[in-house]
Amino acid sequence: MIEIDAVERRYDGVAVLSEVTLSLPKGGLTAIIGPNGAGKSTLLSVMGRLQKPDAGRVTLQGLELSRASGREVAKKLALLRQDNHTAARLTVRDLVGFGRYPHSRGNPGPEDHAQVTRALATLGLEPLADRFLDQLSGGQRQRAHIAMVLAQDTDCILLDEPLNNLDISHAVRIITLVRDAARQMGKTVVVVLHDINMAAAHCDRIVVMKGGRVLRHGTPAELMQAEFLSEVYETPITVHELAGRLVAVY
Amino acid sequence: MSPEIRNRQIAWRMALLVVLALAAAAAFMLLQARGSWDFLLPFRGRKLAALAVVAVAVALSTVVFQTVTQNRILTPSIMGFDALYVLIQTGMVFGLGAGRVSTLDPRLMFGLELAAMILFALLLFRWMFGPRARNLHLLMLVGIVLGTLFRSISGFLQRIIDPDSFTVLQDRLFASFNSVDPSLLTLSALLVAGLALVIWRLVPELDVLALGREAAIGLGVPQERLVHGLLVLVTVLVALSTALVGPVTFLGLLVANLAYLLMPTGRHAVLLPASALIALITLIGGQTLLERVLHYDTALAVVVEFAGGLVFILLVIRGVAR
Repeated sequence: MIEIDAVERRYDGVAVLSEVTLSLPKGGLTAIIGPNGAGKSTLLSVMGRLQKPDAGRVTLQGLELSRASGREVAKKLALLRQDNHTAARLTVRDLVGFGRYPHSRGNPGPEDHAQVTRALATLGLEPLADRFLDQLSGGQRQRAHIAMVLAQDTDCILLDEPLNNLDISHAVRIITLVRDAARQMGKTVVVVLHDINMAAAHCDRIVVMKGGRVLRHGTPAELMQAEFLSEVYETPITVHELAGRLVAVY
Repeated sequence: MSPEIRNRQIAWRMALLVVLALAAAAAFMLLQARGSWDFLLPFRGRKLAALAVVAVAVALSTVVFQTVTQNRILTPSIMGFDALYVLIQTGMVFGLGAGRVSTLDPRLMFGLELAAMILFALLLFRWMFGPRARNLHLLMLVGIVLGTLFRSISGFLQRIIDPDSFTVLQDRLFASFNSVDPSLLTLSALLVAGLALVIWRLVPELDVLALGREAAIGLGVPQERLVHGLLVLVTVLVALSTALVGPVTFLGLLVANLAYLLMPTGRHAVLLPASALIALITLIGGQTLLERVLHYDTALAVVVEFAGGLVFILLVIRGVAR
């Protein structure tokens, strides 16, 4: 599905990603975790073609990202960055409607409206649909942006810290939602997460990064090891089994 | 507010703007019409056309520029365009002498000014949008610095020029709709119409670009190429209006922000025509006021800057212009 082949990325000569090689199969929810400055967001940006790698390449369903047309990729891959703010005066419905742009090019048909309605309902945004974005709280705005990504209806979805600004109830709702999308609808979802326990509880695979490299890549059970995590975060961490889940305590 | 109510509100306000623009045009043509219509009609019609061309060019260029650069306070003039125009004029009078400049073919002058301004913008973009730097804030900062540089050079040249030449120069530098060359007017009108058509076809892309660079790339818009192309369009539009009548710095800021304020939407299909209509109302209404009520006692620029300044202060106080 997504093949990352020897990707390098440097800012002013400093390597932020070095020789990242990763293969993500179709379907399933993958979390990228790691300490600050590990290169998680940069990797997601490169996967979402927001940044061009200095070396190496990324292919998506056999489509090489740097060569494919933007619109073709936008029909297969949607992404959400961390800080999303726009100066334009948009309602939630307007914003979610933009998710249909790759399909409709600003000329939405009934199928597009249906997708927008569905995305609004999925995120529980119907009561807010006609509010302007600047009248919403940070969490509500975050949900609106996630709805836009869902409306884009792509096989692959990349989310950079989607649980930021969300309370527990919405965080759980959204992680469950993307997990279901991954498992039931066969979508490939990659999220950058800070909460290890959230990643362990809900994701199928975890990619652990540090210093611009992928340290390990495996299932939560394989990676939730006290010694390994303590080393990665340079903090004493213990792992316990609690209510059938592996929980890291720090 | 439900979408239906909002759309009705937008439609009503747009209709009101159309009516006001037509009323301003009618007032301009008909008020105090003493004299032969054979003379008045082409005379006033030509002026009206010049006002309309400038209004559309300024409004479209400002809204597109603000969308592309993701801000609502800076306008193309901040990139040193007006200052470049002043410098070109000053340089010509200084280098060729007032007599030669006055006798030069206006179409040649127009072409030269246009070419110089487009060249300047292209060089700036080429340098700014190189393989590494892609920062619009830096671009605008460079624009401000260059603008100051151009103004300083112009100021220096104007101080050492002889007084006769300076009078000629001053006359050329004030925004004036009274001395527009008819052949230039037709050419500019055609160019502005063509560019407006291009912008109109890019309305869906402009809507997406307003979401920001990353969202635009995510939605599959060829962001870099599009921003580059649109900035060139903006350059040509600003160059056209400046070369036609001189600098009208405040107009773009005024009309674009009024359009955002009046229209509760981010859709460019609404914002572009709304800002153009507001520009028409402001310019034609202002010129009517100036000619028929104030009897040429002041320059149009003064009226526009006065109204623009008031509205701008109001916007800042109300916290609308972030």
